[in-house]
Amino acid sequence: MHGKKDVSAQLVRLENAGVRRDGRWLVRGVDLSLTRGEIVTLIGPNGSGKSTTVKAALGIIAPDEGRVWRAPGLKIGYVPQKIALDRSLPMTVNRLMQLTKRHPASAIANVLGRVGIPHLAGAPVQTLSGGEFQRALIARALIGKPDLLVLDEPVQGVDFSGEVALYDLIGDIRDETGCGVLLISHDLHVVMARTDTVVCLNGHVCCSGTPDMVAASGEYAALFGPRAAETLAVYRHHHDHTHLADGTVRDAAGHLHFDHHAHGPHCDHDHAEETRNHA
Amino acid sequence: MLESFFTRALIAGIGLAAVTGPLGSFIVWRRMAYFGDTMAHSAILGVALALFFSISPVVGVFVIAVVVALILAFLQRRGTLSADSLLGLLSHSALALGLVMVSLMPHVRVDLMGLLFGDILAVSVTDLAIIYGGGIAVLGVLAWLWRPLLAGTVSTEIAQAEGLSPERNTLIFTVLLAALIAIAMKLLGVLLITAMLIIPATAARRLARTPEAMALYAVLGGIAAVLMGLWASFHFNTPSGPTIVVAALGVFAVTSLVPLEWRNKELK
Repeated sequence: MHGKKDVSAQLVRLENAGVRRDGRWLVRGVDLSLTRGEIVTLIGPNGSGKSTTVKAALGIIAPDEGRVWRAPGLKIGYVPQKIALDRSLPMTVNRLMQLTKRHPASAIANVLGRVGIPHLAGAPVQTLSGGEFQRALIARALIGKPDLLVLDEPVQGVDFSGEVALYDLIGDIRDETGCGVLLISHDLHVVMARTDTVVCLNGHVCCSGTPDMVAASGEYAALFGPRAAETLAVYRHHHDHTHLADGTVRDAAGHLHFDHHAHGPHCDHDHAEETRNHA
Repeated sequence: MLESFFTRALIAGIGLAAVTGPLGSFIVWRRMAYFGDTMAHSAILGVALALFFSISPVVGVFVIAVVVALILAFLQRRGTLSADSLLGLLSHSALALGLVMVSLMPHVRVDLMGLLFGDILAVSVTDLAIIYGGGIAVLGVLAWLWRPLLAGTVSTEIAQAEGLSPERNTLIFTVLLAALIAIAMKLLGVLLITAMLIIPATAARRLARTPEAMALYAVLGGIAAVLMGLWASFHFNTPSGPTIVVAALGVFAVTSLVPLEWRNKELK
């Protein structure tokens, strides 16, 4: 995967990176790069080092081995896996949007509208539901117009239709701004729609490539069980007609599912229901 | 005007409250109450040191508070003891060690009560200059650091990822806290400094919807406590430092009566 990429457009690169804690390697030998306009999704079981890899890429933790490079002056928007906001800290959604920088009210209204919580600008964040808080955090990461958007399980607590909409939004933002997106998710079905590269981690990089390649690989099946590979295969097969019919699918990454909404007259059935059945 | 000891005490107290409001808000948000207490207790060691080397107690207290904070940070990173136990260990050892050392000083008679509870009524014009000079410096740095420090308080990871150097900011904040302790030592003593950091800020929490509002209300609450406390200590002939803290407790009690619905409706 590295050979074909335009190196000058690289935003972040890990070379043989490893992080060690208490004598144990959390993750080791990670090679990973992300270019402008690319969506890279990290998948892997719990404890496989997904968050650790992302934190190393962001400079939150220093690698104990290997090298991490980030483009100079890279603007990052980060949605961490969890935030423990102390109850003693009063904070409205509006103020949260300006956590790292001041922004005009119009920009805040705009970004809150895009993540679907325009009515919550004045709400104290402690009163938000899990899903609303998650949307607010995504909005906060987006508002600074980052070069690199990094999301660690961004849709936790969001209901299914909201989840699809948020992943669509992330894809749209990428299309509009050309930013790179580094995503962690274990919800493969939804994520893969617009992912360019999937990196499958399990303490090391098991396999990586386009979603198709990863789904078809033996490592993926070994890691998630044959059933996971099967559901994915079934799911993809089920939707084959869509890209055959309209032909507007961009690339190998695009033809798994949800961007069909944008251009699929054949796709007026209920996705939510289907995916639940598959899961 | 500055000839009256009572006026000087009022001016000193108001200046102090202006600094403890925002600084105390951060102490509350970052759950550093015990940390602040430990640094304050170590101030007695600073006084002993200052007496020994014949330097200004303000300088001695500042230096020791910074050193203790660094030791704490180092020991916490080693992580063999829980932060809680570590603070308990250092807090009381620093206090006891300081008291022992002060009493060992030859040829010096130390006002122990003054060290422990302060003596705001004995504030001189020079002290006022130190309080306001130092206070303005502390507030200036805090204003400059405000947004990144707050971002790091909400999430160290976001602050780190988005290039705001949260570790450096925490260090600067600790130095500001040491400076405040050095300034406030004479007014409230080592045992009551943290009260003025914590109580006005927690009293302000219920009224505020943003961090900035909370810091402002904490200043106002602190000033109210100083005014009421000094007035009461004058009339009832009670020690001024503890009376100010009791007044701050009164402010806290009043604001906790404010219903939360009011906050949501009126300030939206």
